[in-house]
Amino acid sequence: MASDLPRDGLVAVVKRDCPTCVLAAPVLGDLARAAGLTVYTQDDPSFPETVPRRIDDTALDVSHRLKIEIVPTLIRFAQGREVDRTYGWDRGEWERLTGVAGLGRDLPEARPGCGAKNVEPGVIERLKIRFNETGLRSRRIEIGEDEDEQEAMFARGWSDGLPLVPPTEERVLHMLDGTSRDPQEVLGLVPPALAAATVEKIAINAVMAGCKPEYLPVVLAAVEAVLEESFAMHGVLATTMFVGPVLIVNGPVRRRIGMNAKGNALGQGNRANAAIGRALQLVIRNIGEGRPQEVDRAALGNPGKLSYCFAEDEEGSSWEPLSDERGLKPGQSAVTVFAGYGLQGIVDQKSRDPESLAKSFAGSLKALSNVKHAPSCDALLVVCPEHHRTFKNAGWSKARLYEALYRLCEIPAADLVAGAGGIAEGGPAALAGRTVNKFRPGGLMIVRAGGDAGMFSGIIGGWSAGGPRSSLPVTKEVRN
Amino acid sequence: MTVLLDPTSERSPTIRPRLPRPERLDGLTIGILDIAKSRGDVFLHRLGERIGERGIAVKHYAKPTNTRVAPLPLRQQIAAEVDLVIEGLSD
Repeated sequence: MASDLPRDGLVAVVKRDCPTCVLAAPVLGDLARAAGLTVYTQDDPSFPETVPRRIDDTALDVSHRLKIEIVPTLIRFAQGREVDRTYGWDRGEWERLTGVAGLGRDLPEARPGCGAKNVEPGVIERLKIRFNETGLRSRRIEIGEDEDEQEAMFARGWSDGLPLVPPTEERVLHMLDGTSRDPQEVLGLVPPALAAATVEKIAINAVMAGCKPEYLPVVLAAVEAVLEESFAMHGVLATTMFVGPVLIVNGPVRRRIGMNAKGNALGQGNRANAAIGRALQLVIRNIGEGRPQEVDRAALGNPGKLSYCFAEDEEGSSWEPLSDERGLKPGQSAVTVFAGYGLQGIVDQKSRDPESLAKSFAGSLKALSNVKHAPSCDALLVVCPEHHRTFKNAGWSKARLYEALYRLCEIPAADLVAGAGGIAEGGPAALAGRTVNKFRPGGLMIVRAGGDAGMFSGIIGGWSAGGPRSSLPVTKEVRN
Repeated sequence: MTVLLDPTSERSPTIRPRLPRPERLDGLTIGILDIAKSRGDVFLHRLGERIGERGIAVKHYAKPTNTRVAPLPLRQQIAAEVDLVIEGLSD
């Protein structure tokens, strides 16, 4: 390998697939005769025919050692060390480097080269693995020749119940290209095991979840968010109630990675939505060891505990995005996590003024958790575009809707006491005569999402006793 | 061979340990699986009697043939009904 390289003299790295290499082939022949030249060929060992001393580098080992990025690359060695390098075809540069004048008189003055094969995606990862340069520290698990990878992963308990993408070293390295963060950076301790969430471990779980590398910064932000103390991830996991982390994504990253904020935004069918939410759950499961019927004590759970992630539909909205409302700058990409579950639909096809629609929303909100509960859990109200239009046309800001909803969610406590309405559930009799709000101050969040047709908004319920006593929503900027 | 990177906290061995053996058999149900080897039924029937004399619940099962793995419904039935299984592996 390295010993094939001359101690003194010229080396070129080329490939036939590169038009600039083909253009420069006669010059390489001239240099071979005039100055001695060793050519390493990345794709076709018979290329270039003009040079007798060609070495097959289709395995790309020498190219990788020499850190070739562009072909042709021309290098001069002296006493076993590289002393000069140029790439692409550039007559002046080649003449200076080789000390040979009059090279390629028939050729244009200069031509840019082509990308080298050894740095192509998929190839560079294999070379790093072969040369033990990955820097990955996770334990290697060998799967037997006759063993089914999927079954092996299920058997080890890595799966949420669905098949996983096998986290090979190549895939994990490729995933880590999605962030500039150090793979060994620790984002926090994942409950309940309180094990370190390194960027590398999160990337492994993101691979398994089906993420593309460009989704990784969103996953990392989501992990950071749930590990904030105020989110209380341990409690969100351990509760017998329904909740799991619900992810709302804002900012330019939504469109860059193709998230769905439109029709069926909360449903199936979009890779980014599905895989990002799933990756977070796999982090809790595999790094944190948070598993159902173990520390996860949920009585029913909810289907969103496989994945619950969507983007806010900011385009065309007259309302500030959720992340702005929560303190980020306009145009910043962000993830907000909310301990929530399910979706309670609000069907209203007749309200044409904001007063009527707000009452409709409030009526449905008041049923959350139990009609007898107030203050109750926090809630995330997802307003569909057709409902939003009613508020927009009437000039209602989001703040005005918040104000109206809190006001409309005042409930006479007499309706809430235990036994009222023939329902044993309820508050103490001493409440009677007072008015109680369904929500704590700040317990409501509003976002806009959904398809253009359909007057169907939705409520994502939160964890009972929402707020500082249990879990608060957390917003984190998405950083590359 | 495929090499995968461990997605876990790495606090457990890579090979799953077998379930621990129970310390006592009281209150457990033992399945006895006859794999259909010749006269295995005689031996296993007697074994079942001896275990039953100790007041332990026993259920008997049989594979249709020793040449094939137990059919899935039989494996599922055994897993659902008993805590331990004893099977005779040879003549």
